[in-house]
Amino acid sequence: MSQVRVLVGTRKGAFILTSDAARKNWDIAGPLFAGWEIYHLKGSPVDPNRIYASQCSGWFGQLIQRSDDGGLTWNPVGNQFPYEGVPGTHQSHDGTAHPWAFKRVWHLEPSLTDPDTVYAGIEDAALFRSTDGAHTWQELSSLRRHGSGPLWQPGAGGLGLHTILLDPSNPQRIFIAISAAGAFRTDDGGLTWQPINKGLHSTYLPNPEAEVGHCVHHMAMHPSRPGVLFMQKHWDVMRSDNAGEQWREISGNLPTDFGFVIDVHAHEPETLYVVPIKSDGEHFPPDGKLRVYRSRSGGNEWEPLTNGLPQKDCYVNVLRDAMAVDSLDSCGIYFGTTGGQVYVSPDAGDNWAPIVRDLPAVLSVEVQTLP
Amino acid sequence: MTALPGHPPDALLIRVELPAHLRTLAGISGEARLHIPRPITQRTILDTLEVRYPMLRGTIRDHSTHQRRPFLRFFACEEDLSHQSPDTPLPEAITTAAEPFLIIGAIAGG
Repeated sequence: MSQVRVLVGTRKGAFILTSDAARKNWDIAGPLFAGWEIYHLKGSPVDPNRIYASQCSGWFGQLIQRSDDGGLTWNPVGNQFPYEGVPGTHQSHDGTAHPWAFKRVWHLEPSLTDPDTVYAGIEDAALFRSTDGAHTWQELSSLRRHGSGPLWQPGAGGLGLHTILLDPSNPQRIFIAISAAGAFRTDDGGLTWQPINKGLHSTYLPNPEAEVGHCVHHMAMHPSRPGVLFMQKHWDVMRSDNAGEQWREISGNLPTDFGFVIDVHAHEPETLYVVPIKSDGEHFPPDGKLRVYRSRSGGNEWEPLTNGLPQKDCYVNVLRDAMAVDSLDSCGIYFGTTGGQVYVSPDAGDNWAPIVRDLPAVLSVEVQTLP
Repeated sequence: MTALPGHPPDALLIRVELPAHLRTLAGISGEARLHIPRPITQRTILDTLEVRYPMLRGTIRDHSTHQRRPFLRFFACEEDLSHQSPDTPLPEAITTAAEPFLIIGAIAGG
């Protein structure tokens, strides 16, 4: 019988939530790495028992942990992320030049084909790859050395590379996104990169249509249609039908188009999910009502999903890596909040229930569908 | 000073106290006890500690520059030695194991 394993990163440790396919009764394991910030955990698609975790602390810096038994035991692996060559500078919040400096790993993306290959998105923004099971890391430096690099500025949370999408139909193609530089794509395995931000409009930029500088919060794709991308930008929900060459807005009737997460139904590539957040100055749901919005038409027409979610006095946030979908026949949707709740909907968003209510603030949620 | 069996003739027993999170990471209960040849300095203690417990590399000092992480301090014998040269010999009480070398995490969050 199928199982799901939900990997939850929080401000004070990691948790692993497991259930059978009914997704009603859950076992909660954790905290793992108690007291440490766990920005992200993710399992290998080809070896689900291989899980990578980003563990960090303001006191002790960055560690990478690896499990080869589905999260039962862990071992620290390589935690050196040296920028290639002389790093140079990017812009700081006040527009002055600031030297690139490693701060933390925001996101780990295991290869679709090799359990020993994994990508890491770091702050200050750069993309690294390991091909030896995370023991050593090498920068794909042409991204940071793209001509626009000196113009990149941090978002409020830092200059983080937070999204890594691997194209299942083309191993040479990778999409990434950086707050607040925008989205980029490589078609040659990381040797060269191009910004893919045409159609984005950001009024906080001197030139709202600038080639770089957009605060992309998250991107998602359906594996069956890797040329179709969906984006939750700082403001605006966006869509591209040509691998990022051009974007168009699909915010439609959302109550607010600010937010962090966006994801796609496992079996319906035109069914999308977002969690609208009131504004960049008020990081909580509008009217104190926690609502997931679903579009079954690839955007523009959205319906609120509320059954089982708090509809009054709720002022949590849902951070950019804190939504995931499973691939069971009835697609499960999961998200975690800064209030420590992890919610599941076993029926594609129609009904929701908390798996757990009182974890530390949730930074990331990933789910594995196991045979 | 007495040479310790199984170690270089001039190896001394040095006691090192780590923050709780690093003890957990390294699987140490209580103090780390290291055998280190002279000279006994911050650098030789940390070099030995990182060889014995490689998972600690990068958590106390930078991998390449060996600069102390900003929220950590080095104390010994009721003194803050954090700003001393890493090659300054440590007090005699450390070399005789009368006192531990303390690696302290800054108080924060309250």
